[in-house]
Parts: sequence; C-alpha cells; structure tokens
Amino acid sequence: MTLMAQGGDTVRELTVEELRNKLGTGMEISNEENMLLSMGPQHPSTHGVLRLLVELEGEKIINLAPDIGFLHTGIEKNMEAKTFTKALVMTDRMDYLSPMSNNLGYVLAVEKLLGIEAPPRAQAIRMILAEMARIGSHLVWLGTSALDMAAMSVFLYCFREREYILDVFEMCAGQRMMVSYFRPGGLWRDVPEEFIPAVEEFLRFMPAKIADYEGLLKNNPLWLARTKDVGVISKEDAISWGLTGASLRGSGSDWDLRKATPYIGYENVEFDVPVRTEGDVYARYACRMDEMKESLRIIRQALDKLPDGPVNSADRKVVPPPRSELGTSMEAVIHHFKIWTEGFKAPKGFVKQSIESPRGEFMCYLRGDGGSKPARVHFRTPSFVNLASIPVMSKNLYVADLVAIIGSVDIVLGEIDR
Amino acid sequence: MTDFHQLVVKKIQKAFPDAVEEVQEFRGECTIVVDMESVHAICKMVCEDEELDCNFIVDICADDMLPDYPRFAVNYQIRSMDNNGEFRLRTFVDDPDEGPQTVGDIWNVGGWLEVEVYDLMGITFQGNTGLRRLFLPEDWVGHPLRKDYPLGYEEVQFSFNWEAIQEKKPYAGRKRLADNN
Repeated sequence: MTLMAQGGDTVRELTVEELRNKLGTGMEISNEENMLLSMGPQHPSTHGVLRLLVELEGEKIINLAPDIGFLHTGIEKNMEAKTFTKALVMTDRMDYLSPMSNNLGYVLAVEKLLGIEAPPRAQAIRMILAEMARIGSHLVWLGTSALDMAAMSVFLYCFREREYILDVFEMCAGQRMMVSYFRPGGLWRDVPEEFIPAVEEFLRFMPAKIADYEGLLKNNPLWLARTKDVGVISKEDAISWGLTGASLRGSGSDWDLRKATPYIGYENVEFDVPVRTEGDVYARYACRMDEMKESLRIIRQALDKLPDGPVNSADRKVVPPPRSELGTSMEAVIHHFKIWTEGFKAPKGFVKQSIESPRGEFMCYLRGDGGSKPARVHFRTPSFVNLASIPVMSKNLYVADLVAIIGSVDIVLGEIDR
Repeated sequence: MTDFHQLVVKKIQKAFPDAVEEVQEFRGECTIVVDMESVHAICKMVCEDEELDCNFIVDICADDMLPDYPRFAVNYQIRSMDNNGEFRLRTFVDDPDEGPQTVGDIWNVGGWLEVEVYDLMGITFQGNTGLRRLFLPEDWVGHPLRKDYPLGYEEVQFSFNWEAIQEKKPYAGRKRLADNN
C-alpha cells in the first residue's frame, strides 16, 4: 500500500511501515491481520483529547498506545518568562478539576525554595480547601466514569454537589475554577465570614449524599459486572509503572504522601488511608469513595481547630504589605512597588515538593537562579504517569472494558499535556 | 541529612567510588551528582539492594543550565517506599545526542518519562527505542524547553525574506551555539 502525502514542498510515497510510524505512537503491531482502531481524540469516554491507538483481534485488545499532546500549551516554558507570583495562574490551568491542589504544590515549592512558611491559619485554610477540591474532583470522576458505563443519574447528582464546592471557592477566591487563591507566603486574602457556615453546611449534607451515590452503585449488579475483575494490576506492577494515588491504593499499597511526608499540617489530623487489594476497577472506585469520607473527616478537624491570626507570612520581601499601611509607611510603599513590578527574588538552588493531589502524586521541581523568575519549572503530574499503565491494565480485554479502565484511572488531559 | 540519605550516599560511594562527583544538600533534599556513564548501574544497584529497596521512580526531569556548561542536567528522583525516603540523582549531559542509558529496564515507567524529556528538552536516552514526539507534532523543529528556544516575539518569516530572518535569529540550534563558544 502506498499513500501520497504532502510533506513540506515534496510529495512522497508512504510505505505501510512509515504510515504506522506516522500514526505517532511507536506501537509495535504484532499481527498484520489485526485491526487498528483510533479511539479519540473526540471520543467522549477518553475524558478529553486523548487518542488511543488500539490493535484489535476481533473485539479483544492485543496492544494499545496512548497518543497525547492535543492540549499541549507549553506551561512549563511559559512559566520561565513570568515572575513566581504571575506564574501561579498557569498552574490552575493544568488540572482544571482541582486547581487548588495544583496551586498548593507550586506554592509549597516556592516557599521551600525561599525558605519561608505560611502562618498556621493559612495552612489550615489550605487544608480545608485542598480537601474540598479533592472531593470536588472525585465527584467529577465518579459522575463521568459512571456515565461512561451508562449510569447517567449519578452524573447529575455529582455535579449538583460539585456546584456547592465551586460556590465555596468563588466565595473565597472570586473564581469558581481558576482560583489562584494560595499565594507564596499564604493566601490571597482571608476567607470571608460566610465561609465557616458554608463549610459546616457542606459537612452536614455531604455524608448522606455520598451514601446516596453508593446506594446507586455499590451493589448494583450492572456496575459490579462492568468493574469487578476488570483492569487488574498487581501491586508490584503498579509501583513499577509509577502509579500513585487511589489507583495505587486500589492495588494494595498504602502509600499516601499526606501520611508519608506530611505537609500543611496533615500530621496533626487523624484520617485513614483506604486500601483495597484487588487492583481492579472496582477497587479503585471503592478507594476513591472512601477517600471522600476521609476528606470530610479532615475538613471537620481542620475547621474545629482553625486558628486565628494572619493568613500571610510577615516576610515583606515576599508578601506585599496590607493596603492600609501604604498611606503611612514609606517602607510599605517601597515593598509594594518592588513586589508588584519585579517580584521577589529567589535564591540559587533547586527544590522539589510533592503533594497528594486527587489523582496521585503531584510533584513540582523548581530551580531558581537568583532572579525573580523561575529558571526551570517542571511538574510531575499524576495523570501523565498513570496513563502509562493503561496499556498494561487493558491487555486481552474488550473495548468496553477499556472505557471502564480509562474512567477508573481518572486522567485529566490538561494535566497530561500541560 | 536523614539516615536514609546517609545510607544511600555511603552505599553509592562504596560501590562506585569514581562515579560520585558531589553530594549536595539543600532545604533537606539530598542530591547526588554522578557521572553520566554510571547512572544506569547506580539505579540498578539502589533498586536491587535489599536494604535501600528503591522501588519507585518519581520523576525524570531535565534542566538546561545555559550559559553554564556542561549544558544539560538530568534529575532522577528516586524513592524507597518501605524506607520512606527519597533522593535525587543528578547527572550532567554534554552532548544531548548521547545521553545517559535508559532506566526503562529497571522501572517500567522510566521509558515513558524519558520520552517526555526527549520531546521537550531533546536529550536522547541510549537504548530507549520508544523516543518520539510525544506532545509536539512529529515534524516539529527544536525542543521548546531549551533556553535558546525563543518564547514568541519573533519576526514573522515569509518566503521572500525567509533566509534573511533565519540568518539573524537569536538561536539556530547547536551549531551556532558551538560557534559562539
């Protein structure tokens, strides 16, 4: 077979071999007779613009390779041209389902590089909002993965509750999704006084709602048939393939960065890490459902112990002075001017900060060169790494199972491509 | 330095006395700078050593140190889940066409992480057969995360002035850089 293709200014013939290479995944095809199916990037069950090249024998998946990059926006490169504070807004746009977690990972890395720490009240508010973001993100995962398996009503319920979480975010940050609320050294500003009653209300109604979702799915025979013993990955494979988050804990490892290397005060709250040993789609589902309940426990404790005090570090070289000081203090004017025109300077060196985002381990590598812009920012995003194990999970299964597996790994394409 | 860091440094120094160039500590993180040829052997050792048991690779990330030479640094963030400790192996790569050996045979996900480094920073990993354009189109020229790759603000090239603008572009790949040095 030869195909004519226009490449630059030359017309050339493509052999089958070259065509396969051009398919863009480098996948080896085991049998020439097999069918090659391109699933996505507009396929609704791929949760975004993910393209999967699937080799099928009948309806059985022999091999599969992900093709990504449709949403690449060069965030890492763009951040190098912005000051540390301005670069923060780009992190919202990576994992658009849990921008609070992305903010947190980046902000903690900047604080680590600078050697400062946010005050206790800021840390507690960060914890509450990060856990609410986790619940909100899990709600989208639950709704969409159930929708993929034709359980439509779950989707509608999940988005109803997520709306409440987004309202709370809007109350704090003025934005529903692209929040940029956590800033190096603390928060953009303190939470409004309606915040605590709103979170109390959330804690009051949410357990019953989670029970509702479980009532719809947990013992539903259709759900069990689609998820039990599907997409099994062993603990050893999961670790070697770099799986993190609930996808790893569904395979029997109890690794959770909130326990292993606590940050923003997770060592002071009590919570359990849900672990399942089956390693199938149902185990990952069950882990995430239990995680939502644990998140509620964390929010409850953090809210009860919410300390008073400032929400920003007193380090005026990093955090701009309050507006009220500008009229009376010359120093405050200078700091204000310096921070908003050229930004704060970070020392030479490189750090990394890992946090447990809803999808797994989110790591930010940050190198400062003494200037006010990061010399290099790199994100190890959980979706990107978790994607690599989908081919392992879906070997010798059917296309319908692949849909369940993609849903259960919980990928966000904005975060994969960044 | 934590006990785990000290143990790792001691074991690596003992097994590869010539490979370790420097041990750095910054903000509680341990970075072991090693020479490029022994990266694979060190990774294999820390993974298979029963006491260290570094079963998890968090990330592989490349860093362009321009204007410093050697130009590229590759960081391997390696973790032992049982010891709850992690450290960073850092190696410098002078010629991106001859990068370190792949670690895909030690941790399965290693090859996948290297593809990203190849695509955006252009460092090849010896023995990784899957290197390809991952995020960018197959026919893309250049590797965007390099420091000499411009971030916009370029003159637009048309067919009548293509050559003239190409000549005075601030970057022109490795050859121009080599001439400047």
